[in-house]
Amino acid sequence: MSISATTATGEGGSLGRVAREGLDSTHGVVLYMEDISVSFDGFKALNKLSLSIDIGELRCVIGPNGAGKTTMMDVITGKTRPDEGTVYFGQTIDLTRLSEAQISTAGIGRKFQKPTIFEHHSVFENLELSMKADKRVRKTLFSSLSSAQKDSIAETLKTIRLNDSADRVAGLLSHGQKQWLEIGMLLMQEPRLLLLDEPVAGMSDDETERTGELFLSLAGKHSLVVVEHDMAFVEKIARKITVLHEGGVLAEGSMSEVQNDPKVIEVYLGR
Amino acid sequence: MTGGISRRLYGPRGWAILALFCVAVFGVMPVLNLAVPADSPFHVSAYWVTLLGKIMCYAIVAVAMDLVWGYAGILSLGHGLFFALGGYSFGMYLMRQIGSDGQYRQPMPDFMVFLDWKEFPWQWWNSDSFWWCAMLVIVVPGLLAYVFGYFAFRSRVKGVYLSIITQALTFAAMLLFFRNATGFGGNNGFTDFRRILDIPIATPQTRMALFAITGATLIGTLLLARWLTTSRFGRVLAAIRDAEQRVMFCGYDTVHYKLFVWTLSAVICGVAGALYVPQVGIINPGEMSPANSIEIAIWVAVGGRGTLIGPLIGAGLVNGAKSYFTQAFPEYWLFALGLIFILVTLFLPQGVMGFLGKKK
Amino acid sequence: MRILLTISLWLFASGAFALDAATVNKLGFGDGDEKIAAIAALVAEGDPAAAALLQAATDGELQTAGKLVLIVKGEEAVNAATGAKVTPLPEEREDVILNNRVRRELGGAMAALKLISPDRATRLAAAKELTGNADQAMLPLIKKALASETDAGVKQLLELTQATLELKTGTKESRIAAVRTLGLSTNPNTKMLLLGILEKSKEGGYAEPDEDIRIEAQKSLKALEGRLAWGERAGVLFTSVSLGSILLLAALGLAITYGLMGVINMAHGELIMVGAYTTYVVQNLFKRTDFFDWYLLAAVPASFIAAAAVGMALERLVIRWLYGRPLETLLATWGISLMLIQTVRTIFGAQNVQVENPAFMSGGMELLTGVVMPWSRIVIICFAGAVLVGMWLLLTKTRLGLFVRAVTQNRPMASCVGVPTARVDTWAFGLGSGIAGLAGCALSQIGNVGPDLGQSYIVDSFMVVVLGGVGQLAGTVYAALGLGFANKLLEAWQGAVLAKIAVLVFIIFFIQKRPQGMFALRGRALDA
Ligand SMILES: Nc1ncnc2c1ncn2[C@@H]1O[C@H](COP(=O)(O)OP(=O)(O)O)[C@@H](O)[C@H]1O
Ligand SMILES: [Mg+2]
Repeated sequence: MSISATTATGEGGSLGRVAREGLDSTHGVVLYMEDISVSFDGFKALNKLSLSIDIGELRCVIGPNGAGKTTMMDVITGKTRPDEGTVYFGQTIDLTRLSEAQISTAGIGRKFQKPTIFEHHSVFENLELSMKADKRVRKTLFSSLSSAQKDSIAETLKTIRLNDSADRVAGLLSHGQKQWLEIGMLLMQEPRLLLLDEPVAGMSDDETERTGELFLSLAGKHSLVVVEHDMAFVEKIARKITVLHEGGVLAEGSMSEVQNDPKVIEVYLGR
Repeated sequence: MTGGISRRLYGPRGWAILALFCVAVFGVMPVLNLAVPADSPFHVSAYWVTLLGKIMCYAIVAVAMDLVWGYAGILSLGHGLFFALGGYSFGMYLMRQIGSDGQYRQPMPDFMVFLDWKEFPWQWWNSDSFWWCAMLVIVVPGLLAYVFGYFAFRSRVKGVYLSIITQALTFAAMLLFFRNATGFGGNNGFTDFRRILDIPIATPQTRMALFAITGATLIGTLLLARWLTTSRFGRVLAAIRDAEQRVMFCGYDTVHYKLFVWTLSAVICGVAGALYVPQVGIINPGEMSPANSIEIAIWVAVGGRGTLIGPLIGAGLVNGAKSYFTQAFPEYWLFALGLIFILVTLFLPQGVMGFLGKKK
Repeated sequence: MRILLTISLWLFASGAFALDAATVNKLGFGDGDEKIAAIAALVAEGDPAAAALLQAATDGELQTAGKLVLIVKGEEAVNAATGAKVTPLPEEREDVILNNRVRRELGGAMAALKLISPDRATRLAAAKELTGNADQAMLPLIKKALASETDAGVKQLLELTQATLELKTGTKESRIAAVRTLGLSTNPNTKMLLLGILEKSKEGGYAEPDEDIRIEAQKSLKALEGRLAWGERAGVLFTSVSLGSILLLAALGLAITYGLMGVINMAHGELIMVGAYTTYVVQNLFKRTDFFDWYLLAAVPASFIAAAAVGMALERLVIRWLYGRPLETLLATWGISLMLIQTVRTIFGAQNVQVENPAFMSGGMELLTGVVMPWSRIVIICFAGAVLVGMWLLLTKTRLGLFVRAVTQNRPMASCVGVPTARVDTWAFGLGSGIAGLAGCALSQIGNVGPDLGQSYIVDSFMVVVLGGVGQLAGTVYAALGLGFANKLLEAWQGAVLAKIAVLVFIIFFIQKRPQGMFALRGRALDA
């Protein structure tokens, strides 16, 4: 895969607003969230949430339904603007000021809870469209695929095991395949940080297993935030877990630490 | 490279059909209309030339509409406005070309004499220049579309909401143009054209020239649209139609994409309007009525959205039917049109093209 | 006409004639100026005989024969001065010629004389006629009338006229009093009078030399202007509320079908039209009976039912198959609207049809001079309010309302708990359509009823719903009233067409700021 496996610190000092090279990760942290609050018609979906993700980290986020996990991702990706608080990508990029497209270009990829792919496009075209490239109108009008880009697509097809279906219309794929395609699309973006909202929902055990392996192989090169309900899956891949509850962080730590935390037990059992 | 592009646009069969169309428009029609004597059964009368020219103008509009609706998923109920603005822009030039041959034998257009105006209002500045008006044909609809689209797309107005406010836009413009004070002839609009580029407008030769230019524009529009939609740009557009959020999270600024295709579509409509006015010989605010704009959508739906060639056919079918009905059974045309709207949406969601495709 | 008749009857009935012969002769034989002087003198007498004479002059019954002035009615003649019968009818007679100037004078004089009629309506009409065109000669008569006048309305008008006259001729005290009285008026013409007092002449002096009077006039002018401004504001307020109520009626049905159900129904305007034509048909049925004034009682439910039936048929036949495809729904319902328009044209013709108001709805309530609130509009405002309340009750207090809300909020869930969603859709759509029919019934009372009726309301009603926010009854109400006000205020300032354009442009921009309408719900469901 053509993703550069950089975990180097202190690369590039330029402060380009959206240029990926501008990501300043001097302190080994790729994402900071501080005191984020979001309310919908008075209801606080996020309440002074603070979280930071390290370079190359694979973080699992769990929490009961309505805890605010999806909303947290909305805030990171610019879909929802926080009422209060700051979100920084690296040391310098203030995500609350960027549009969705700019955030994506800066290097954050997101998989939705409900798989969203381009149903009327072929699998190949889905990957082509999400491929890292200059995505301004003028460039897109005159773009054509270089052989390196074709290779990169072929490689991703193999990774997500859809190389036999490259020309199939994406809408015809099975639910699990769609999930994989969406993950493939994320990979094509070559993001620094991947946000995955319930990625294995609706997958068979076999598919789930392979997804876990994929994530583990990606960690290190990328930073990942995985939201999941499937505790078996979490247990398999998690190194560090954050438990969200009522819009805030309830506990954070390794699997066993979290499992033994009395607050967590109360929330989960009291549910 | 050019070979690659031609292959990308159409297969051999597609190019062959296009070539046939060219022969018909640039060869057969001129000969049958100009060279074949009027009493021959093969003669094509001026009525048919004008009718087909008019329908080709509509077909251009339909292709432009397909770009925004079929590909980008934006159902505009205001495209008639851009068409009319193009028509009015060029109509100004045609009015100036009348010179002093109007009913009042005055150098100003009749309606201005009638309103007792002593000088041209500012909108008419430089309107006696062909090139200036030709530029307005492009700039006026383009600019309006750009400004409107910028605000609408930036604030993420879409779907039915967008449709409704485009309808409000053309409705507002219609009210504006109905006023005499707006300076474009009020109710009656522009008519009684005499010349274009100092050439008499009502001769068979001029008529045929306008017809051929319209045909060329139609082919050009079709190829341009085809080139756009088969490029990655076109795939991004279709992706925006299907899952706009996903496209944004892929790093595309969808506002600019929509804005580009929206403005382009409006400009094409403006050009079609400019070609329409000299052939049909009249433009009035009725062209801006909401009903007109929504009819454009039905041409596209009848032909089949997102196929380009379908809307072209749809414009031909619906307008052909309209010409027939309004002569043979004028009182039933609205019934027929209403039925088309209902039946196509209920039973032919892919239009004629989808129907043909399924049969094959 | 009827008033004139009663007057003349009454004038003739009270027959004691005793008029100054010289005056009568002046009227009969004098030149224009003398005739006018005579008329003035007759008015000043203010007795029934004078009135009869003037009436006869007006009716062209005045003739001269030798030295006699006669009132000739058919084959009978009386001596104009004495009232004695003249028999036989003299052969040689000549009409008394009255030129236009004299006729005008005569008209004013007649009005003045009517002031002493025992009939209140006659007096009121006369008093109204006199405001603004009374002349000095009538002052004594007006004073006399005032002394015996008991009706407050007539009295007020007369005082005003008296003040107008006093202003020109009276003593300083009476003029100051007059200026004060003028300050109490609500008539725009009075303003001109007061302004006249305050005017500066060319030489720099005032038109009115007396400073006290000027000060008094200034005060009165201020009071008057204040009152006029209020009147104007009340007028604008009323027309705004009226337009708002019409928009509300047109939009309320849409608030259900589009706002709650999410069905974009371009045939909504035509459902309004169906209601209006139903009213027309009902009216025609009632025309042959004695109960014409009550036809609305039947037309209201009939128009509701007719439009609801059409709406339910549409839902069953077309819209049902297009749920979840709003753009297609838009096109299909547009097709329906075309067919409905053509149907109406085929049945009733392309021309507008005439819908008459029942008697109780014609006329209006006069707030101030010139500010009239037509009853029809007042009734419609109340009607809109009633429909709104009814709809609210239906939605919040009945089972159907509960179902509708359940289905619109969460269709799968509602269906799970046993709500017959398909039937609820049909009924809800019928309800929305029926309300459109009611709107049509109301509109038929104040506007033209023609095949294009619906087209003229569809843009407006969508604007109301869009502005008010989807799924929001309160929003719809505010938006309708707000648009009504905006339209009328701008109209007063820039004219109707520009006002409408301005409002549309405003909405276009507003929607971009708040795409979910004024009462936006920020929600995930909405941006799907
Ligand atoms: N756009 C929205 N409008 C209103 N409420 C919302 C919106 N988005 C999320 N919420 C509410 O915020 C809470 C958190 O939602 P979410 O982040 O989706 O939870 P999770 O993904 O953890 O299950 C929920 O109660 C949800 O109803
Ligand atoms: Mg979630």
